[in-house]
Amino acid sequence: MLALLAKEPAHGYELRHRLARALGPLGEVLNPGQVYVTLSRMERAGLVRGDQVEQSAAPDKKVYEATPAGRDHLAAWLADSSWPKVAPAEFHLKLVAAAATGLADPSALIDLQRRELLRRLRKVQRLVEEDPGDLDGMLLLEGTALRLQADVRWLEACERRWRAGDKQ
Amino acid sequence: MTTVIQASGLSRHYPGDGSPVRAVDDVRLVIERGEAVSVMGPSGCGRSTLLHLLGGLERPSAGELTLDGRRVDGLSEAAWARLRRRSVGFVFQAFHLIDELSAVENVELPALLVGTPPQAARRRAMELLERLDVADRAAHLPARLSGGQSQRVALARALVNEPLLVLTDEPTGNLDSHATGELLKILAGLREAHQTLLLVTHDPRVAAIADRLLSMRDGAIVDDTRLDGGLSRQAALAQIAGWDA
Repeated sequence: MLALLAKEPAHGYELRHRLARALGPLGEVLNPGQVYVTLSRMERAGLVRGDQVEQSAAPDKKVYEATPAGRDHLAAWLADSSWPKVAPAEFHLKLVAAAATGLADPSALIDLQRRELLRRLRKVQRLVEEDPGDLDGMLLLEGTALRLQADVRWLEACERRWRAGDKQ
Repeated sequence: MTTVIQASGLSRHYPGDGSPVRAVDDVRLVIERGEAVSVMGPSGCGRSTLLHLLGGLERPSAGELTLDGRRVDGLSEAAWARLRRRSVGFVFQAFHLIDELSAVENVELPALLVGTPPQAARRRAMELLERLDVADRAAHLPARLSGGQSQRVALARALVNEPLLVLTDEPTGNLDSHATGELLKILAGLREAHQTLLLVTHDPRVAAIADRLLSMRDGAIVDDTRLDGGLSRQAALAQIAGWDA
């Protein structure tokens, strides 16, 4: 949102639509309330400034623009290379726990997880098939599809490891 | 719905050191017309052998197999060959095109073998090549086709006699990522056209084309589950975005 406001000032409604467009199909599930909550938080933090604009035919609206502090914050965010959830550590621990306690069969957990990931991948592929237009949004879905594929392949590696474990 | 495949107790055992190798062991399976089914499992789990049994490329050691309501487990090789030509289309990882024939000749050959008049066979072959976006390569020999083009020609050949069942074994195994994407679109189109499909694969993208997933291990189907249904578009998008948590 800050980036969109750094590009040009906008009022809440415009901003919501620009953000939805940037998200492609995922924009459909953007929570409008969250946009306004985030705007007022950013305003309190001094990252954006809102100006009331009088309108003759409609209620006043507030036009937001990024402040210099907001632009600094944006630059720092762009330069930050942290990445969410690189390792599926929790599932790994589930397999370890299942094998150690005998409470579940690791192979069955892997099957269950693979089904769930393939259901998601199937859904993502269907979304791409249904809606091949918007390139930016499609890139986001493609990223999702690639991560799901990587996770399914990782499950194959888990399966080999835990089956080899069975035979020891 | 009509049943395309019905198998019970289907097994394929090979002689091994001491005890026989149970490549496919006591499989019970029903596939209805228009279903797209993927088969996954670790290497050596028997998924390719299962595909060979269902398409009559190998004979079962035990069990019953029905194709379109007809018992086929005891058919002779000659009877299977006739049945395969009309009713089963195969797509393999290696494209198995005939090197001396052009793309369109490869595609029309199975149609000619079942007695389609040459003009009609050519027309049908060209239609398919057009549908699969390789019509501009119709006159080329396989050696002059890219992997993606070869696989699309192989798929056109599999479809030329409007088979009851299309069996694919690692169809994207020899393709780069762009050609894989093209083939995925075509397979999704076949699914939408209610072509009965069995996709043996370890590629998650191919598996996710299907509506139903079979997981195999040690020759047995250990899991048979629906991949479709469940989430609405909105719920799926929220899940992808991670905003459902």
